[in-house]
Amino acid sequence: MSEKSNETIKIKAAKKMRDLMTTYYLEALSAAQNNKQVAWITSGGPVEPLVAMDIIPVYPENHGAMIGSAKMGEDLCAKAEDMGYSSDLCSYARADIACSVVKGGPIGGLPKPDMLICCNNICGTVLKWYEVQARFYNVPLFILDTPICHTGYSPEIARYVRTQIDEYIAFLETVTQRKLDHDRMNEVGKLSLEGQRLWQKVLNTTAHKPSPMSAFDAFFFLALIVTLRGTRIAVDFYKELIEEMEQRIKDGISSIPSEKYRLLWDNLPIWHRLKWLSKKFSDHHACLVADTYTSAWCGTIKYIDENNFLDSMAEAYTRIYLNIGVDQMADGVLDMIRFYGADGFVMHSNRSCKPYSFGQMDIMKIVREKAGIPVLMIEADMTDPRSFSQSQVETRIDAFMEIIKQKEKRI
Amino acid sequence: MKQIEPFYEAVNHIQDTALKIQKTGRKIMGYLCSYAPEEIIHAAGFHPMRLFSSKSEIILAESHLQSYCCSLVRGILEDSLAGRLDFLDGTVFPHTCDSMQRLSDIFRMNGKYPFFADVVLPVKLNTKSARTYMADVLTCFKNDLETATGHEITDMDLKSSILIFNQIRKNLSLIYDFHTKTPGIITSRDLYALVKGSMIMDRKKAAELLSCVVSHLERLNPPANKGKRLILSGSVCDTPDIFDAIETAGGVIVGDDLCTGFRWFDGLIPEHRPPLSAIAARYMDRIACPAKHSGLLTRADHLVSLFQKNKADGVVFLFLKFCDPHAFDYPYLKEFLDKQGIKSTVFEMDDRQQSLGQFLTRIETFIHMI
Repeated sequence: MSEKSNETIKIKAAKKMRDLMTTYYLEALSAAQNNKQVAWITSGGPVEPLVAMDIIPVYPENHGAMIGSAKMGEDLCAKAEDMGYSSDLCSYARADIACSVVKGGPIGGLPKPDMLICCNNICGTVLKWYEVQARFYNVPLFILDTPICHTGYSPEIARYVRTQIDEYIAFLETVTQRKLDHDRMNEVGKLSLEGQRLWQKVLNTTAHKPSPMSAFDAFFFLALIVTLRGTRIAVDFYKELIEEMEQRIKDGISSIPSEKYRLLWDNLPIWHRLKWLSKKFSDHHACLVADTYTSAWCGTIKYIDENNFLDSMAEAYTRIYLNIGVDQMADGVLDMIRFYGADGFVMHSNRSCKPYSFGQMDIMKIVREKAGIPVLMIEADMTDPRSFSQSQVETRIDAFMEIIKQKEKRI
Repeated sequence: MKQIEPFYEAVNHIQDTALKIQKTGRKIMGYLCSYAPEEIIHAAGFHPMRLFSSKSEIILAESHLQSYCCSLVRGILEDSLAGRLDFLDGTVFPHTCDSMQRLSDIFRMNGKYPFFADVVLPVKLNTKSARTYMADVLTCFKNDLETATGHEITDMDLKSSILIFNQIRKNLSLIYDFHTKTPGIITSRDLYALVKGSMIMDRKKAAELLSCVVSHLERLNPPANKGKRLILSGSVCDTPDIFDAIETAGGVIVGDDLCTGFRWFDGLIPEHRPPLSAIAARYMDRIACPAKHSGLLTRADHLVSLFQKNKADGVVFLFLKFCDPHAFDYPYLKEFLDKQGIKSTVFEMDDRQQSLGQFLTRIETFIHMI
C-alpha cells in the first residue's frame, strides 16, 4: 500500500475495540441480573482493587465522552441546567447528572452504582459531582484524596495516600462483604502495569514519520486502558494494536494521506467535533500525532513497582499529569514535542476543565520560548457544543497552519 | 460609631496598612482563602493579610487566565501583575479549588515575592488519616517558615498567636450575636467592614479594637427592627453595596455562611492543647467550604440549623460566577431548604459587579414574597 494514496486506510483493530466496549457495557448494564456489583469510578481513580474484587467499574467520564461523540451533550447539559446546575460547570458532570435522572444518552444511562469511588487527582469537580451522585443513588462514597504535588511528592503526602489505599480496600470489603484476595490483587497489578506499558508503546508508534495513527485514534483507543485497565482483555488488545501499528509503519501506511506537518494536542478532545477537526487538519496535511491527554494513562509507570503494586500505586495515582504544577506540565509538553517531532502545538482551552485549562497560557509561553514552535489555542468545551464557534475556529486553524507552512519555507 | 473607623481605614487603604505594619518589623504574607493557617504565619513573625481583588480592569491577567476563571482569582492576579501588591513579602496558598490551585502555580512561577508556600491541605475533613495529614502539612508549613526566617517558632509563639486570633473570633462572634438578636444595632456594611478589616489590619490591634466595639454595642439599646431576617450563603462577598441593597429592600442579615464572614472566624482553637495539633483541629472542624468534603449533607444541615437558630425568614445564595464548588452544591441546598419550607433565592455575581439595580429589584421581590 502506498503512502501516496489519497484514501485513509482504517485501523482494523477499531472494530474489535468497538466489540469489546459493547461487551463491557452489556456486562455492566446486566450486572444486577448476574449478581455483580457496580462501582462508578473517576477516570484517574485506582481501578485495580475493583477488578481484583470482581466489581464492575463504570466510568461516568467515559460515558460523558460517548455522550459528546453522539452529540447528545447539549440536550443533557441543558437538562442539568433546568435542575439548577450552572452552565459554567463541567459538561461531563452536567450530562451525567442529568442522565441519571432522565435515563437518556446513547446507552440509556449507566447501570445504577452500588458504590462510588472518587479520586480527586484530576480535579475538584469530581468530588462535587460524586457527592451529587452519592445523594441521588444513596450509595456509599469513597474519596481517595490525592493532594496536588505542585513541586514534588512529600513524605506526608505519601503517608496520607498510602493509608487511604488501606481505607479504600477496607471500604470495598465492607461494601461487598468479601475479602480482597491479595494474590489476585498482585496479578491485576501486573496486568495493569503491562497494559499501561503497552498503551505507552501504542502511543510511541506515532513518533514514526509519517504517523501510523493520530491523536484522534488515540482518543478512541484510550477507552480500554481507562475502563479495562488491570485485565487481560486490555493487554491482549493493545498487543494486537501495536502489531497492527508496526505493520502499518512497515507498509508505509499513514494516518492521513500525505503527512507534512505534525501537531501535538493539549487537553481533552472536543468530542462533538472530532470528525470535523480531523478533516480540517488533514486538509492542511497536518496530523495530530500525540496529545497530553491520552498519555496520562501511562504517565506514571516509573513510580509503579510491579512486585509491590498497592504500595507504589499511591505515588503513581497521586503524581498523574493533572495533579502536578503547571511548570512540570510544561516540561512534559516539551518532552513530547521533542519525542514526536511536533511542528505546532494545539491547545484546547476547555471551559469544562479548569485544572487542565488554567495555566495553559503560561505553558503556551514556555513552549513558544523553549520549543520555538507555533501554538494555537481553541476555545471550546469537550461535550457541550454551545460554546463552540466553528467558523471562528476554522479561521484560526487556517491562520495557524499558514504560520507553520511559512515557517517551513523559511527553514 | 468611631471604633469602626480604623477598620474602614484598613479596608480602604490596604497598601498603607501594609506599609505601617512593615515598619513595626512584621513582613506581609498575602493569602486568598479562609483556610490559610494565620496563627502559624503570625507566630513566625509575619503579618497574614487577606487579599481581595481591587476590581480593576483585567488587562495583564488576560494572558494567564481565561475569561471563564472567577473574577476573584483573575482580579488578584491582575493586581499582582500590575504591581499593586508589591508590598507583599510572600504569599501562601492553602489548597481549595481548582482555580486557586492553578493561581498558586502562576504566582510561584512568576516568583514576584521573596516567600512562597503551598499548604496542600486535605480535601477530606472527616477521616482520621486526613486529620493526621492536616497536622503533618501544618508542621511542614511551620518548618518552611522557620527556614525562611531563620527563627524557630516555639510553642509559646504559637500559643500567643492563638490567643490573639481566638480573641478576634470571640469578639466577632459576639458582634454577630448582637446583630442577630437586635438587627440594626450596627449596619451590615459596618458589620462586614469589621470582619474584612480584621483580615487586613494588625491582628493584635484588631483584637483590641473589636473588644471596644463589643463594649460599645453592649451599651446600646436600639429599637426593634422589623426587617425580614435573611441568611447569606455563598463564597466571597466583597461588594458592600449588596448589604446596603438588602437593607434598603427591607431585609436584615442575621447570619451567614460566607468565606468572608462566619466561615473565616468560626471555631475557637483549644488553648490548652499542644498548639499545632490544636490549630490543625480547628481547620478540620470549622464550617467547611464546599471545596472540601465533610459529609454529604453537612452543609445543608448547617444552613438549616443556622436558619432556625437565628430565626430567619429566608436564605439568599450569593455566588461568584465560575465558582464551581458553590455552583455544584446549590441545587441540593435549595432542594433541602424547599423540603423544610425555607424560601431561598440565588444571585450569581461578578466581583466587579457595577450595577446593583437588578439585584435590588430581585431582592425586593424576594423580601415581599417571604
